[in-house]
Amino acid sequence: MKERSKYFKWLLVVAGLTALLLVAVLISLSTGELKIGLGEALRLLFAGGDESSLEHMLISQVRLPRIMLGVAVGGALSLAGVMLQGIYRNPLVEPFTLGISGGASLGVAFTIVLGLHQKLGAFALPLSGFLGAFLIIFLVYTLSSRRGNINIQHMLLTGVMVSFVASSAMMFLMAVSSTENLHGIVFWIMGSLDEPDTRLVWLTLIVTLLVLFISYLFVQPLNALRLGEEKALHLGINTHVAIKALFLLASLLAGICVAVAGVIGFVGLIIPHVLRLFLGTDYRILLISSFLLGGSFLVLSDVVARTIISPNELPIGVITGIIGGVVFILLMSRKMRKGM
Amino acid sequence: MMGQAFFDIENFACGYPSFRLSGIGFSLEKGSFAGIIGPNGSGKTTLFRGITGSLPPLSGRMLLNGRSLQSLSLRKRAQNIAIVSQFVDADQITVEDYVLMGRIPYYSRFQFFETSRDREIAEKYMRLTETFQHKNKLMTELSGGEQQRAAIARALVQEPELLLLDEPTSHLDITHQVRILNLLQQLNVQMGLTVLMVIHDLNLASEYCDRLLLFNEGRIVNQGKPDDVLTFETIEDVYKTPVIVRTNPYSGKPVVFLVSDKMMKSK
Repeated sequence: MKERSKYFKWLLVVAGLTALLLVAVLISLSTGELKIGLGEALRLLFAGGDESSLEHMLISQVRLPRIMLGVAVGGALSLAGVMLQGIYRNPLVEPFTLGISGGASLGVAFTIVLGLHQKLGAFALPLSGFLGAFLIIFLVYTLSSRRGNINIQHMLLTGVMVSFVASSAMMFLMAVSSTENLHGIVFWIMGSLDEPDTRLVWLTLIVTLLVLFISYLFVQPLNALRLGEEKALHLGINTHVAIKALFLLASLLAGICVAVAGVIGFVGLIIPHVLRLFLGTDYRILLISSFLLGGSFLVLSDVVARTIISPNELPIGVITGIIGGVVFILLMSRKMRKGM
Repeated sequence: MMGQAFFDIENFACGYPSFRLSGIGFSLEKGSFAGIIGPNGSGKTTLFRGITGSLPPLSGRMLLNGRSLQSLSLRKRAQNIAIVSQFVDADQITVEDYVLMGRIPYYSRFQFFETSRDREIAEKYMRLTETFQHKNKLMTELSGGEQQRAAIARALVQEPELLLLDEPTSHLDITHQVRILNLLQQLNVQMGLTVLMVIHDLNLASEYCDRLLLFNEGRIVNQGKPDDVLTFETIEDVYKTPVIVRTNPYSGKPVVFLVSDKMMKSK
């Protein structure tokens, strides 16, 4: 009976978080500089209407892709965070701790400074971000592995160090670049869900959903790793394979997110942490919940970023940092008071 | 239950660049209760890491019921051999969920939830180890002795034929030490479970184990019944410490007394 009630609670959590995501999507759809009522927004989206009207274009070509990207990136960053925290058994690890954002930023900065983005077109910046992220991941992975086995604590330290090196290289590039290029680099670093190419939006969403599905194949290894790498091995888990696979999946998610939306910090750290406070450490519920809450959080953060200083827009990374950080501190202090 | 060849290790070697076990050979009968003793750094835990597959073998072979252990997948190995470590490294997890993790070796790749049979097995061993009443508590809320009993329950849920324990009582008070060892003895006698345990306390080893393996510098230097292994000469030679060995008048097993410098000088 106890087990059934636990699973029933999990079902309610998933249903509740799905509802929250839907609410976030609806709010985002109807909120913006141009107010469009919720009913009207849904009618335009599903029933069609005048396709050349400003409202229709705004909903289908601006807000909807932005929402889809918000769901994908928020979900992906949280999912990557929860997977990395699972393999490192460290709640402070997130995709960007391992230098992934540093690598992506460096790739983008190089492209801007060398002017390649003007020659190669719209894909240049996301592609260079992705390549930069993967170059760093490859470097961290190679430096931490010996005869095919990786030392995960060594990997964490290597990631942090490589991240510092990438940040310094980035500052160097910013120091020697022109004012125009500097603006381009800073704007990209601050992160945005404004992606004009819908193919990239679809790609990010599909990859994220696919990784979410694949991550469930590793849910038992993640649960067993709660006891430590060696004890997981004693439970019949091939920890080397599981850790490598999870690391690559998390890197893929983080790499794509950074490439498409720039550096959006805190999501991968805060969302899994908040969920752990309420749901415990079972990855069967944490993986899906992280995706759903991460998506909702980023979509709502984007609404705030778009409206708070309207008609101007704040970088979304500022909102996720401030809201996420404050909520996180409040929750932690409440839990500590309860614990005392 | 005794008398049947069950677990054989032949000329086995494993280890690290700085330390290596070599020429390890012993044989355990089914239902035996064996203890591994020896000074710190003599290779006791390294052997366990070799048996469980944490360290790759460098040479030799290990046979369980006549089957090479190296040929078994990690999952199959975990279905046959369970290990209880010195410290329970448990997360914020309930006792029941912790014990149920012992069923992981039996899950299929697409199995996300435990079956009713898994829960029945977990309940059986939680009752046997007297942890059932704590099943909804977090592992971190239990005392050291209770945590160790939950760890034994988790290992038993794996339904192993061989139970390995790495210093399971070293950080416990004597009440909990005896409770844990009595439980292991009960499992050994009633269920025919074969037990191989690393233990530092020579007197507990003498009292509970029917066979002892004495390790020193990466090798087995003596093995046999406690009477044969726990002799004054052997212990002084391996531990480099003066001792007195007498016989427990109640159990007939050897008892080792330490000799302090002060006592040595006064005699």
